[in-house]
Amino acid sequence: MSQIADRLIDDPGLAAGVASLTPERIEEVVTRVLKGEAGAKLKAYQETCMRCGLCAQACHYYVSHDSDPSYSPVSKTTETIYELINKKGRVEPSRIYEMAQIAYTECNLCKRCAHYCPIGIDTGYAMSMMRRICYQLDVVPQYIRDTSHSHAATMNQMWVKDDEWIDSLQWQEDEARDEFPNLRIPLDKEGAEIYYSVIGPEPKFRTQLIYQAAAIMHVAGVDFTMPSTPGWDNSDMSMFVGDFENMGRLKRSHFESAQKLRVKKIVMGECGHAFRSIYDMGNRWLGYADMPVPVVHAVEFFWELLTEGRIKIPKKLEGPVTIQDPCNIIRGRGLMDKLREVTSMLCEETVEMVPNREHNYCCCAGGGVINCGPPFKNVRMTGNKAKADQLAATGVHTIVCPCHNCHGGLDDIIGYYELGMHPRFLGDIIYEIMEKPEGM
Amino acid sequence: MIEIYTFVSGPLAWIAWSVFVFGSIYRLVSMYNLAKAKDGSSLAYMSLPYSLRSIFHWLVPFGTLGWKSDPLMTIATFAFHICFFLVAIFLGAHVVFWDTAFGISWWSLSDTTGDIISFVVIGACVVFAVRRLALPHVRNVTRAKDWFALLLVAMPFVTGVLAYHQIGPSLLMTILHILSGELLIALIPFTRLSHALFAVFTRSYMGSEFGGVRRVRDW
Repeated sequence: MSQIADRLIDDPGLAAGVASLTPERIEEVVTRVLKGEAGAKLKAYQETCMRCGLCAQACHYYVSHDSDPSYSPVSKTTETIYELINKKGRVEPSRIYEMAQIAYTECNLCKRCAHYCPIGIDTGYAMSMMRRICYQLDVVPQYIRDTSHSHAATMNQMWVKDDEWIDSLQWQEDEARDEFPNLRIPLDKEGAEIYYSVIGPEPKFRTQLIYQAAAIMHVAGVDFTMPSTPGWDNSDMSMFVGDFENMGRLKRSHFESAQKLRVKKIVMGECGHAFRSIYDMGNRWLGYADMPVPVVHAVEFFWELLTEGRIKIPKKLEGPVTIQDPCNIIRGRGLMDKLREVTSMLCEETVEMVPNREHNYCCCAGGGVINCGPPFKNVRMTGNKAKADQLAATGVHTIVCPCHNCHGGLDDIIGYYELGMHPRFLGDIIYEIMEKPEGM
Repeated sequence: MIEIYTFVSGPLAWIAWSVFVFGSIYRLVSMYNLAKAKDGSSLAYMSLPYSLRSIFHWLVPFGTLGWKSDPLMTIATFAFHICFFLVAIFLGAHVVFWDTAFGISWWSLSDTTGDIISFVVIGACVVFAVRRLALPHVRNVTRAKDWFALLLVAMPFVTGVLAYHQIGPSLLMTILHILSGELLIALIPFTRLSHALFAVFTRSYMGSEFGGVRRVRDW
């Protein structure tokens, strides 16, 4: 069995944060969060967890590390938030480094362990509260902290300037008009049926996805718009950092930008965590039991377009594919059937992974772990051999993967384990094989 | 000795039950008040149908991923809890007690059956203990509190079996049995055993969140 102390990774954000800590400061912050923000839920979890260890087998980190007990969900909560509760925050700064590394990089908040706990303990929530404490102690991995700073300063994840955002959209519109002479990406169109929202990385380095989405909207004849002002980015790394104040600001600006345009609903691109931020975490912080503007995930949206015949598929994608079930849209929002129906409308044959659907293994990039950057890349690689084995067992080349985080995570795993596979977005596949009427 | 017996089976029993009843009420009420004050964003999603759906599925042995993952633990857990309540409520000697203390009487287990299922409980406790010692992922998170809880529930059964089979001084064993039973009852609200009070709510919340927000099963 290994211990967190044996596998500490140098990170400037964690190191600088810990260097400025004192035991008094730790005790003060821990007490403030436990008394002021946590409540009966965390208390009941800490108290009633029987330490039975059933959750261990749920976790891809535990499975991938040959059943190393230090990676089991109950071990990770016992070593972090439960320890802080028991010791009333009286721990040394060096211990906070260890706790932060566990909370930010050794748990994807995927909640797979929920299917294993008889008592119903929500480890993802417990780890989120641990991150909340780390954030307030200013002990956060540098990369994800920077991303959260970008959110706070620009309301998007990638330091995209307001004019660059508009430029990117117009650039894609211009490119697409070579192929579709009448295509438009209407900005700020009031009363449009659909507000299309993306995450910061799309204009920054996956711009082709905006092109493809515009092409699909155009061919399907969808009345849509995109906002020219902040609020367009639905992503939310502040949520994963534990910066709930900025999480709330982001979600408010996102919903308000849609309300200002009086759209009927928001359609979001193929992202998982952004979905989590509007149905689970950000909405709660803002006091919305549900969403103030209905938000439809791309999987549901494509399902509508395909079943209504607004997009026609003359010939399905050749060869077998497998399906990656992103935690935040499957275990998080039950889209597994629609994802399969869409896939079967697009692809000839599907080879399922085992386990799949809401029992899927996480890609190990989620929960902000990939956003902790290069220092922690190997944590994700060694921590998800389970996924590599799962992928290899399907024997297929193409992975249908409707989530940005899963894309990043799977791409890395595929490279590291030399699987020779290729994850693809649904929009990418639809764009490739849909019927594109001439001169449209 | 007989005075001690009279004391533990009389006044002390009332004290133990009072601590249990009032302690449980205090813990449940204060936990609910805390939830109302701090967990409004979770309480808002509580749903009776989804709670029941979740509880029902977790009451089925091998009906969930967790129960499927460790069959020995699953069998031990179900056997332990079912037999624990059977012995506590329906054991012949206990039924006599219910009758003399409260004047209520009901069906009782035969002596042999009571004996067998007491051994089942002890067997389950042995499984729990061996897991804590032998399985690295359980040993790693086992603390004194967990051993104490196990000891608390095992003691009444061990002493009860010894008393029934008249191993050791009979009256002393009976006194020890009653004492350990009273200790168990009184400490349920204040130890790991408080899951007896809270697990139904943590399970219900998880069921409600998975049903209402996540729209998937939590098993």
